[in-house]
Amino acid sequence: MQALTNKAKVVERKPMTVWERLYLPAIAQGMSITFGHIFKKRPTINYPEKQRPFSPVFRGLHVLNRDEEGRERCTACGLCAVACPAEAITMEAAERLPGEEKLYREEKYAAKYEINMLRCIFCGLCEEACPKDAIYLSETFAPSNYTRKGFIYGKDELLIPDPKTQPEEYAKARGNK
Amino acid sequence: MLLGIDWFFILEKSILIAAIISLSLVVAMYSTWAERKVAALIQDRRGPNRAGIFGILQPLADGLKLFMKEEIIPNLSNGFLFVLGPGLAMLTAMMTSAVIPWSSHLELFGRNIDLQIADINIGILYIFGVVSMGVYGIMIGGWASNNKFSLMAAIRGASQIISYELAMGLSIIALLMLTGSLSLKTIVEQQQDHLWNIVYQPLGFLIFLVCAFAECNRTPFDLSEAESELNFGYHQEYSSMKLGFYLFAEYVNMFISSAVMATLFFGGYDIPFINDASFGDAHGQNLLAILQGLSLFVKVAFFIFFFIWVRWTIPRFRYDQLMRLGWKGLIPLALINMVITGFIVLLKANDWHF
Repeated sequence: MQALTNKAKVVERKPMTVWERLYLPAIAQGMSITFGHIFKKRPTINYPEKQRPFSPVFRGLHVLNRDEEGRERCTACGLCAVACPAEAITMEAAERLPGEEKLYREEKYAAKYEINMLRCIFCGLCEEACPKDAIYLSETFAPSNYTRKGFIYGKDELLIPDPKTQPEEYAKARGNK
Repeated sequence: MLLGIDWFFILEKSILIAAIISLSLVVAMYSTWAERKVAALIQDRRGPNRAGIFGILQPLADGLKLFMKEEIIPNLSNGFLFVLGPGLAMLTAMMTSAVIPWSSHLELFGRNIDLQIADINIGILYIFGVVSMGVYGIMIGGWASNNKFSLMAAIRGASQIISYELAMGLSIIALLMLTGSLSLKTIVEQQQDHLWNIVYQPLGFLIFLVCAFAECNRTPFDLSEAESELNFGYHQEYSSMKLGFYLFAEYVNMFISSAVMATLFFGGYDIPFINDASFGDAHGQNLLAILQGLSLFVKVAFFIFFFIWVRWTIPRFRYDQLMRLGWKGLIPLALINMVITGFIVLLKANDWHF
């Protein structure tokens, strides 16, 4: 049969020479290879102590953002929930009462804001949908948990620290976004 | 003297036995750690490094895990033999250490304490006898499990060990023609005065080494526990510390056969490049004995490393290849080695005249 391509390689099936049949030279060769590997640099890192940096476009856990004065940006418009292909986001809106101007930037805010991290596919569409720049995806991932309930993140987990009172934590959570 | 028994002698030997048994157990324990560590290094991984510094407590954790596991005895197995199997494997592994000279002798309390449990004049024969008993651990365990895979593995193990024992014995005969003694202590003392036996018997050592791998059921000859074809073979049905005993016995065997190899071919407790007798006169017998013990230990450690190194390099033999190597390769080679050695020994005895 004619070969379709010239990639086929004829395998040589010569009987082994005496040197090859001795096994020992080949074994010594193999052992020198494995011995050489002992001194090679290992690609593994000791994970919890050392961590590799994520790329700046990494899409990890969500963060609910605040503005420069520490007010929540979210107005509970629901665009993120609509954009979410996995239907992981739920929220309940509430009206800002007089005296709460320091807490919420606009008259309406999210009283409850939950993301189910088991449903979330970390596509980042919520970030793109948000008109108020209130949600973005950070460079961390959801840690393990014992229950499914533990993966439903509420406002207390999602909200970024106040830049006024906790500037260091704010900067850390903010990263280089 | 009560009943004419030398109580100090009995005390001394009991302490020595306890020390050597615990030593071989500790060495076996840390061989498991070394196995995992060397395997990791060879495969560019890190190996156990969580339990203690460098994972040094890993064997303790493994042992604890094995103790905590549920002990399962299959319903249709032969209960007595099922329990006897791992016990026999461990017993035979430990018994061999009785005749190995670990060092020369200590001088304590005005007595010469030999660091050898028993210097019997048929030392090597004893080792061969006990080692060939070792196959009963595998046979009985595999048979009592009442499982096809285990039985198959047991049969494989038995036939393999019997085949390789022949070549091993023949390779030793050539060595014995040179030494003229079966006592391990005498063999070591001869090597202290002359060159090590490896110089006179390189081929014999090679055959012995290959056979030792087969006797210990180590890769490339671990056909009796071939996990990919026999589901771990003879210890498939075992759990908990009974499994631990089998695994442990393998490492004890490795330790003992390393010690035997070092004793027979690498001068035993002889310290290389140093005249031991004059060193003992200059610095005291006790220091010499300790250093000699260390010297043997270094040799043993090297051989254990070698066992591990080979395991993570060479793939397993196919069964027919194993048998061909044993019967058609090693036995004729050992016979030729024996004949040539005998010829030279005779010639030498005859002052190099025909």
